Amino acid sequence: MAALLLLLQQAAAQAGPLLVAYAIDRGVPAFRTGDHGPLIAIGAGYALCAAGSGGFQYAFIRASARINQDVLLDLRGRIFRHAQALSVDFHERYTSGRLISRSTTDVESLRELLSEGLQELIGVVLAFVYISAMLLWLDLGLGALAVLSFVPLYLLVRLYQRRAAEVFGRRSTAIAAVIVKFAETMNGIRPVQAFRRERANDAEFRVLNHRHERSNGDALLEMARYVVGSRLVANTTVAGIVLWGAYRVAGGTLALGVLAAAVLYLRRLYDPIDRLGMFLNSYQSAAASLEKIAGLLAQTPSVPEAEHPRPLPATTGGFPGREVVFDGVSFAYRTGGEVLPRFDLTIPAGQTVAVVGSTGAGKSTLAKLLARFYDPTDGRVLLDGVDLRELDTPELRRGVVMVTQEAFLFSGTVAENIAIGRPEATREEIVEAARAIGAHEFISGLPDGYDTDVRKRGGRISAGQRQLVAFARALLADPAVLILDEATSSLDIPGERAVQRAMDTVLHGRTAVVIAHRLSTVEIADRVLVMEHGRVVEDGAPADLIAGTGRFAGLHRAWRESLA
Amino acid sequence: MSETDATTKDRSSVRALLRLWPYVRPVRARLFSAAFVAIVASCLSLVFPLVLKWMVDGPVTDGDPGGVWLGALALLLLGIVEAVLFGFRRWLVARPLSSVEAAMRADLFRHLQRLPVAFHDRWPSGQLLSRATTDLMLLRMFLAFPLTFLLVNTTTILAGFVILLLQDWSLGVVLLAPVVPLVILCSLFESKYSLVARQAQDQVGDLTTVVEEGVLGIRIIKGFGRHRSQALAFRALAQRLRATELGKARLLAGIWALVMTIPELAIGAALVLGTVQVADGALSAGTLVAFLSTALALRWPVESMGFLLAMSQESATATERFFEVMDVQEEAEPSDRPTARQAGEEPPGLPESGDGLRFEGVSFRYPDAEPDSPAVLDRIDLHIRPGETMALVGATGSGKTTLTALVPRLHEVTSGRITLDGEDIALIPRPRLRELVSVAFEEPTLFSASVAENVLMGAEGADEEALSRALDVAQAGFVGALPQGARTEVGEQGLSLSGGQRQRLALARAVVGRPRFLVLDDPLSALDVHTEALVEGALRQVLKDTTALVVAHRPSTVMLADRVALISCGRITAVGTHQELLRGSEEYAWLMSGAERDREPGTAEDTEAGADVVEESVR
Repeated sequence: MAALLLLLQQAAAQAGPLLVAYAIDRGVPAFRTGDHGPLIAIGAGYALCAAGSGGFQYAFIRASARINQDVLLDLRGRIFRHAQALSVDFHERYTSGRLISRSTTDVESLRELLSEGLQELIGVVLAFVYISAMLLWLDLGLGALAVLSFVPLYLLVRLYQRRAAEVFGRRSTAIAAVIVKFAETMNGIRPVQAFRRERANDAEFRVLNHRHERSNGDALLEMARYVVGSRLVANTTVAGIVLWGAYRVAGGTLALGVLAAAVLYLRRLYDPIDRLGMFLNSYQSAAASLEKIAGLLAQTPSVPEAEHPRPLPATTGGFPGREVVFDGVSFAYRTGGEVLPRFDLTIPAGQTVAVVGSTGAGKSTLAKLLARFYDPTDGRVLLDGVDLRELDTPELRRGVVMVTQEAFLFSGTVAENIAIGRPEATREEIVEAARAIGAHEFISGLPDGYDTDVRKRGGRISAGQRQLVAFARALLADPAVLILDEATSSLDIPGERAVQRAMDTVLHGRTAVVIAHRLSTVEIADRVLVMEHGRVVEDGAPADLIAGTGRFAGLHRAWRESLA
Repeated sequence: MSETDATTKDRSSVRALLRLWPYVRPVRARLFSAAFVAIVASCLSLVFPLVLKWMVDGPVTDGDPGGVWLGALALLLLGIVEAVLFGFRRWLVARPLSSVEAAMRADLFRHLQRLPVAFHDRWPSGQLLSRATTDLMLLRMFLAFPLTFLLVNTTTILAGFVILLLQDWSLGVVLLAPVVPLVILCSLFESKYSLVARQAQDQVGDLTTVVEEGVLGIRIIKGFGRHRSQALAFRALAQRLRATELGKARLLAGIWALVMTIPELAIGAALVLGTVQVADGALSAGTLVAFLSTALALRWPVESMGFLLAMSQESATATERFFEVMDVQEEAEPSDRPTARQAGEEPPGLPESGDGLRFEGVSFRYPDAEPDSPAVLDRIDLHIRPGETMALVGATGSGKTTLTALVPRLHEVTSGRITLDGEDIALIPRPRLRELVSVAFEEPTLFSASVAENVLMGAEGADEEALSRALDVAQAGFVGALPQGARTEVGEQGLSLSGGQRQRLALARAVVGRPRFLVLDDPLSALDVHTEALVEGALRQVLKDTTALVVAHRPSTVMLADRVALISCGRITAVGTHQELLRGSEEYAWLMSGAERDREPGTAEDTEAGADVVEESVR
């Protein structure tokens, strides 16, 4: 449809010179003989073409804008959804800055190509075809000469394209580096200022920025070379055609009107060459961007969604908890390095398990396997007998919820942040969840209570308060299995106690895995796992372990002393 | 055909664009020569029809082959000169314009780094990023094309009209007729377009924020299976942007159509009239050909005015967005402040023993808070003696972290003052202050650099030995087990470390330079009991001769301190040793043990209970 509009638009726009030729060769003699017909027809024709070309242009821009925007909407959405679908370990490798530049500057260069470049290209190609046809029709010889000039032009375009591809690839990489540095600095502004990194950052940024500047300049120079070349070819051809045409008019073998029309057409033929360069420009940078976007989209989630999801069986025993089984599970990072050697573990429905051990013992990896942030290298993780990999994602996320140490807040209100746990929750339910965890007090104290905007990553809400919000979020989600990974690390002791009291009731009947450095957590646990170098070295009821002489007894003693 | 002058531009957008001058100034010579070259080149294209006219009326009509050759040679020469000039113009501006873009970006980066933390709390980094990238690219393009070509096209059009009028007065007038309606239409279009353009740019910024949060909060999104609703929210924003962009396209389509149609109609009228005149013999055929050829040569300059103006408009908006951030005042340095010292104060050049860290009647309220809202910190008086370690204990949200942020002046006190060894920190240049005071934050942020670089950023010029000592203090032995040891890249672009590992590196960073003053915000929260005990042991050595303020949540951390200050609802309610406070303050006992108690923290009675202790221990 858009193409058709453009076709018509070009047809209308290119009719002008033909009418000029007609006017000079027919209109003038006819008028002299008193025949006003041709002249009126010319006038009417010209007006019609003008109106038509304007009208079609209008319709075309609107139609193509709609198409472009639809494509962009789709692409933006696709990148975003794909990035969201990719697994956590991907996000740990691929930096947020790079991901952001994929969906901003790279999409932007595609937008440029679509909104300006593509229209330009089609316009140029159509104009070439129309005008060549017109020229050939007006005069075979002159037309052939014009068509002949396409050969060097084509070669020029090819050459430019090849050289520009390299430059634009370089430029796109350079700007991504600039973005990474920029975003990292702005997000870490506190340590940047506290440690007087401003100057050092200025210097590093200058290097990256300069690299971008170089490649940017190279790209523009490449363009300049192309313009000189193409103009030379065009202007030489024009001179040639005029020479030959004028010769023939002088010799009487060509009508003056035809020569005039041919010259007018030629001017139009080569006018768009610059614009062709512009198109190539945006095409190259878009191609470089698209390649990167495609690279991102080609990443397959290492934790793919189930193809034939199986439902969870109905819970038995009247409580929400479910049984968790690690069946012959082992885990190693792709890059090598085994984190968890093969192990088996069964957590009965409704049990609260505390996992303790020193940093790097594999506690968090265990939790991430259960939350299916990672898939095990070998073996299966089963929830009520169903492999997590076969579970429908929404069902898995309803069933298993993990609260981590980093309590990230999204922009929006406090209430909205809690509601992430269950978007359809009412305000009462949100307040209820906050109250249960002991967050209600501080939230009510905020300027707008639950409707307070947390602004940029919760700048005004302390780390402890953010953890409380994260807890309220988890509580609201009402999961069958709750995983707490260092989720109380920033709370003060009363806060932690309040959370524990709440947990006592909340966890009742639920399956829970609690990872904590502070052993106070153990008081609410039915069972304790002590991990060391990826292995469970002790497993038992807290009281039994404390009474024993193992590692846990030692840890517990040290902890009690630290409280003194 | 018409003339659409740049003077139709909205005054405010001209003013916005004029602010670019300081950046353009260094390259002005090149830019102006480029514009000049472009004008010459485009006037050459107007000579072309004149040569044609001469050929048609002269050698062609007379059948003179020598003349035809001469004409064609002139055309060829003109063509070559024009091509070379075109390239020359681009060559002139290629490097300078990239350098203008780079200079603006470097300035923005430099400026943003020095803006107060309160500014960054307000501005999502996505908004800042879109200014540093898309907006600046737009400005470079503006300087490359619209700016030059508005001038070039205007000149070309003017010159063209002079030629047209000289050739045939009446035909020229016909072509000039549509100028007035076009000028009016263009200015109308511009005012509308600027609104939509700004809207679209802001929406792009919002979209960037969602993308960024989607990446940074990925664990939460995944943990709750919210990626679908997140995608929906993104889609809603993207759709809003699409609607705005379509609105933009509608305006653009309208102006394009008018700019194309109206001049074309005028050319049509001129053609008819011209034909009549040629038939009457009042006009030579050559003149008509030249005339129409000139008119057509002017088509592109006129047509392009629409999109040139649109681009200028967007550039004006981009400029506004850029300066919106650049205009935010950087924090004033002491040199800008009155340096007069108050009477009765110690002279500058303090003895090594000094006076420690002293808070005097310090109140704080966020600069953007309502004036009548309660202060976050209220008349804090606290003295940390030289070499002393003071623990700061308080309930979640009582203002502990805010208090620590005041010492390195990440936030500025609203009233009262803080002194280091008797010197008001407001009078110490920030870089020096931050050299004196070292901080470990609650949230340990590592940058994309090696472990060693991350740690050593705490002290310029510190050596390997200092590094290993700091790593020892922080019990960061795990560094040795990393793939390249202390040279391993971490942070955004490197290896991701666990919370506890990051926290220990942040601690090492704080102590590496042996600072006089140390501020630690809950530095051990993510450590396991065992590691925590080891770090405490090592830290005790460091703290022995450092004046330190340590935010503590746990008795074990408090044990590092000589004395403890209890903060409650933004006020210091008690100061004393751990044992004194356990006995003297019920709130403290509650905070340290979590034992049940009857009343809520911060009641009047509680404050009084602590007040006695304050009396005896503050001075």
